[in-house]
Amino acid sequence: MFPGALLDRFAERRQAAHSQDPDGFAFRASGLTKVYGDGAAAVHALRGVDLEVGRGELIVLLGPSGSGKSTLLNILGGIDRASAGVAFYESAELTAMSDRTLTAYRRRHVGFIFQFYNLMPSLSARENVDLVGEIAADPMDAVEALSLVGLAERVNHFPSELSGGEQQRVAIARAIAKNPDVLFCDEPTGALDSKTGIEVLRVLKDLNERLSTTILIVTHAAATAAMADRVMHFSDGRIREVVTNESKADPADIHW
Amino acid sequence: MIGMRMKALDLKLIRDIWRIKGQALAISLVQASGIALLVMSLGMIASLTETMTAYYDRYRFADIFAAATRAPELALEELRSIEGVSAVEGRVVGGGLVDIEGVDAPITAQFVSRSADATAPLNDVHIVRGRAPDPVRGDEILLLEAFADAHGLEPGDSLPVTVYGARRVFRIAGVALSPEYVYAIAPGALAVDDDRFAVIWASYDTLAPAFNLDGAFNEAVFRLARGVDAARVIPEIDRILAPYGGRGAYDNGDQVSNRFLSEELRQLTAMAFIMTPIFMSVTIFLLNVVISRMVQTEREQIGLLKSFGYTGGEIGAHYAKFALFIAIVGAAIGWLGGLYLGRVMTGIYQEYYRFPFLLFETDLRTIIYAAGLSVLGAGFGAITAVRAAVALLPAEAMRPPAPEFFRNAKGATKGFSLPLDRPTRMILRRIARRPFRSLALVFGIAAAMGLSVMMQFNHAAINHILHASFRVIDRSDMTVRFTEAIDEAAALELSKLDGVTHVEPFRDAAVIFVNGGKEHLGSITGVTSAPTLNRVLDDELRPAPVPESGLLLSAPLAQLLSADVGDEIEVRFREGRRPTISIEIVGLIDVMIGTPAYMSIEDLNARLMEPGRVSGAYLSVAPDARAALQRRTKEIPQLAAISVREEVLTNFEQMLSEGPGVFRVIMTFFATVIAVGVVYNGARITFAERRHDLASLRILGFTKAEAGYVVTGEIVTLAIAALPIGAVIGVLLWTYISTALSTELYQVPTVYDPAGLGVAGCTVVFAALVASFLIQKDVDKLDMASALKARD
Repeated sequence: MFPGALLDRFAERRQAAHSQDPDGFAFRASGLTKVYGDGAAAVHALRGVDLEVGRGELIVLLGPSGSGKSTLLNILGGIDRASAGVAFYESAELTAMSDRTLTAYRRRHVGFIFQFYNLMPSLSARENVDLVGEIAADPMDAVEALSLVGLAERVNHFPSELSGGEQQRVAIARAIAKNPDVLFCDEPTGALDSKTGIEVLRVLKDLNERLSTTILIVTHAAATAAMADRVMHFSDGRIREVVTNESKADPADIHW
Repeated sequence: MIGMRMKALDLKLIRDIWRIKGQALAISLVQASGIALLVMSLGMIASLTETMTAYYDRYRFADIFAAATRAPELALEELRSIEGVSAVEGRVVGGGLVDIEGVDAPITAQFVSRSADATAPLNDVHIVRGRAPDPVRGDEILLLEAFADAHGLEPGDSLPVTVYGARRVFRIAGVALSPEYVYAIAPGALAVDDDRFAVIWASYDTLAPAFNLDGAFNEAVFRLARGVDAARVIPEIDRILAPYGGRGAYDNGDQVSNRFLSEELRQLTAMAFIMTPIFMSVTIFLLNVVISRMVQTEREQIGLLKSFGYTGGEIGAHYAKFALFIAIVGAAIGWLGGLYLGRVMTGIYQEYYRFPFLLFETDLRTIIYAAGLSVLGAGFGAITAVRAAVALLPAEAMRPPAPEFFRNAKGATKGFSLPLDRPTRMILRRIARRPFRSLALVFGIAAAMGLSVMMQFNHAAINHILHASFRVIDRSDMTVRFTEAIDEAAALELSKLDGVTHVEPFRDAAVIFVNGGKEHLGSITGVTSAPTLNRVLDDELRPAPVPESGLLLSAPLAQLLSADVGDEIEVRFREGRRPTISIEIVGLIDVMIGTPAYMSIEDLNARLMEPGRVSGAYLSVAPDARAALQRRTKEIPQLAAISVREEVLTNFEQMLSEGPGVFRVIMTFFATVIAVGVVYNGARITFAERRHDLASLRILGFTKAEAGYVVTGEIVTLAIAALPIGAVIGVLLWTYISTALSTELYQVPTVYDPAGLGVAGCTVVFAALVASFLIQKDVDKLDMASALKARD
């Protein structure tokens, strides 16, 4: 799916960055707690989560809504703060970062994909991707990124002129254009029909396998778990179970 | 249910208002500014009018004034017999100089004989301190309060005065006010000058001999029977007084003090009627924007309420109440602010307009006006949004609104082929996406700028008047006036005084100008052929040649008379042999103060058949000799008045900084309130609509400032777009206002000061920066995780 030259360039860069400690962790966390509100109205979204995520891993977080998986994703992605506990990205302590450092962290290392795409309605597909290109260090060309997700023909369309699946693919193009080290996906296929969903998952898998991008996917769809290296089951703000898949399924074989 | 318990919708109302308290307050303050201005102006108008009417009535302010050279007492009987005249008095009026220890400058005094009628005297005085003069003691006088206060004079003090060349010492019996001198201004002066103008009331028996008027009078004052038109009586009076040197009777509309007062009232009225609608429109606009936005955001809630069974009317009323609440808070603040401003302005007015009492009060009517306007404004502001809420179908309402539609139409991308970064494109596309709202915001900001521009232009115009009048036109150091027209040889004696380097004589003649059916009571000033000290200038402030023969008319006078260059107009002289002749208008000149007419002094004297006469002279004096010269001039018997240019200017500037100056500060403040109100509300709404986009940008790694730029950039762009429109609105407003404010007393020049545009522009930019700062704070606090969850 990805053209060779681009891939090589991106893969080289990642290897160079990780050459000191090729098998290190992308994320480590212990005792992560998140409480919204206080007193009687307090909601415990996370009740002490410990985890380790290796570089290049593809992790699926499963669980009912309100189980804390999105909260964890948001904290690791640097858009929310933990109430207690520590979390590290590589050797940097996320839980100790200032707003400014977190912004830099997101800018340099992180890509996000959401259930509802969160595209800028006033920017065309190409411009939505450019938006990230303008603040990234060595971004992919927007048209190239859109070609990767099969939208080469629709670069000048606005979000309101695209289908849900197409919008989500723009969001993916936007996320991968800067070659993020980590990609966070919150219900990436939640708003899509199964055919389009599979296409999206295929892109994610490709990215993970060929660029060694660390990917965390939050989902309701248990079937998605089959494509992960490991699956973390959430309930009630805690990780109840971690399952390692012996062999990873191809997205094409996933049905939901 | 307990009756006192608040309805759920009303609770929602209160919480919603609290939630957008910043915006609500901004709208309320704009509303309050308009209401404050209205309450202040209407209150001032009512207070001044009522006080004036009561004062005039109780102290029997004359309806008609008629000056003559010397009319015998017998003539009074004839005047009294004119149909419609209910009372007439003859009195002695004349000029003099007051000599106060330690004051070098000569002080102009106006003597007025007190009525002998003890029961119902016309133009009666109100004694503030002391008592009425003892009729038996000829040296007792009453003194104008403002002058007494300026010099710390009290009843019992003595006052040396030169009357008709003779020096006398009077004793102050009392300090008084008079309806004739509410605005006490020296003859020929431009502004009130308390310490340089005295009014002295003495008995007829004291003044008549002093002015050689034993058994005679030189001014008759009249009260008319109710409903009698002065215009019908005046020709009769003129006919009777003509043989005695009558100078033409005039009704109290032309009486100096009364005229200043009525002009003030006219200007206040103009202000109230121009300004209030501006503030009201902005309020309506802001309410409309905010409530429409609210209805749009709360679609789902509205749908839910309707699905519960709430009627459209109940929901409509809910949003109408919202507008009403903001409007009523604004009206209340405005009303209190108006009362406060009214008191402040009353204090300032009292320094210039001397009444026995002047209380600022607003009547019930003003309160009803203010409340009515507020409710009306709220209604207009809410109507479209309320109708939208009423019309919304529950099912439709509960579906999220259709996504903002951007199309890849021609222009959508084409117009942005410039190398612009994406955030800038987002800003421009959004502005273009909602052209009407963007335009409305631009006009709201422009309105504020327009107000500000107008006030700046007003300030520049005043400076222009001062500069032109006191630096360009009048370049004399002192102006002297004689008690009557004297031989020019005597005037030239002035040049022999130490320090006088140049003497430029002039001749004044009181006249009535008549052209067609139009009449104007005025005067002609005869000047030397090429005056250098007090110059005659054209509209570009270049010296206008004084013709050897014929009249140079000021443009406003020509307008009053509907006359133009080449016309012959009738001139009825009101002094000397009182000839009535036609004189050709040979040129027009632009002036800023008054409605003067000029001729060559030789021509004027020739037509009056009084060759070689002068009324006064402009002097140029060496700087180090000025003080000594002022002391010397006090001893010159024929001098009626002396004015020192620098003092007149200082005095004028002081008056302007207190009256219009305070008003300007108030208006500039209000203009800033409007600008901040509009910009901040626009910015809040943009922020609310873009929370989601902003959160996305932040998540993508944009810094707070970079994300905030999407909103602040829009604010600043709209503000910048508003600058030229605001300038145009300001120019239009000013063109209109300067005409509305122009009076016969002074023309407000419609000058457009570029610096004024700059200052006003800075006000708008300042407002935009304040709003941007506040919005950036909101962006800084934006919670990314929750902003993304809430599909706003």
